Amino acid sequence: MQLASELRCLVCQNQTIADSNADLAVDLRNEIREKIESGMSDAEIKDFMVARYGDFVLYRPPLKNTTLFLWVGPFLLLAVGGGILYVALKQRRQRVAEPELSHDEQALAESLLQTDQTKETT
Amino acid sequence: MKARYLIPLAIFIAMLVFLGVGLKLDPREVPSPLIDKPAPAFRLQTLDTPPRVLSSAEMRGQVWLLNVWASWCSGCREEHPVLVELSKTRAVPIYGLDYKDQPDDARRLLNGLGNPYVASVSDLDGRTGIEFGVYGVPETFVIDKAGIIRHKQTGPITPEIWRDTILPLVKKLNAA
Repeated sequence: MQLASELRCLVCQNQTIADSNADLAVDLRNEIREKIESGMSDAEIKDFMVARYGDFVLYRPPLKNTTLFLWVGPFLLLAVGGGILYVALKQRRQRVAEPELSHDEQALAESLLQTDQTKETT
Repeated sequence: MKARYLIPLAIFIAMLVFLGVGLKLDPREVPSPLIDKPAPAFRLQTLDTPPRVLSSAEMRGQVWLLNVWASWCSGCREEHPVLVELSKTRAVPIYGLDYKDQPDDARRLLNGLGNPYVASVSDLDGRTGIEFGVYGVPETFVIDKAGIIRHKQTGPITPEIWRDTILPLVKKLNAA
């Protein structure tokens, strides 16, 4: 009953038909069993279920216009998150890289350091 | 103020909108793929004494409601008085599909609380229910003259649903 674990129980909606003990799930399991015995393929049985209960019964929804966002959404989020991370890291690297001191600033810094040192030694 | 400080506010508002819309949606409401498709055919015994066989082909040429119910279903008892009232208006014939029920229990309920149905057929093993994609009684289908399902109501019909949704649709289908 691999198939039954890919079909959603309509009564307790977060269980598969294989897991659920709801009355309807039992009936649907029997229905599936009979259909397998009569030689129907998994795809045919799924079509039978979808024709009656809609894509909702499938735990793995098909890729269609209405479900496109469902399938692509996580990757889209990953791409957006990655983009933000890239830009943020780039900006930070620019901030961390210290600007070169100009000639005057260099001289000023050195003189300050020297006066400091001479004070300490005296 | 810098625009970047508005970003958290924008995200917050977007989330608020999503959650607000989410509150309005009913995740238990499964859209029926059977809308605008021919109603599954059935030939079943009615609850009449003595029972007769009713075929869905007999309803051709009229707009009718198929109400899926059972004596064990509490939502159906809630809905029952509404159906009884509706049947008195004679706006549309209501047929019952007594889903996975003991015919004796069902007959007792109809005798006690009134019978809104032109006829109720007995779906003992629930097979016809599966054909109709029934997953929670009560459910009601509006079926047109050509035998096409035009609407599905999941859960009890309330006077509001009748007035705002079902009756206008029945009138439209009758005029067509």
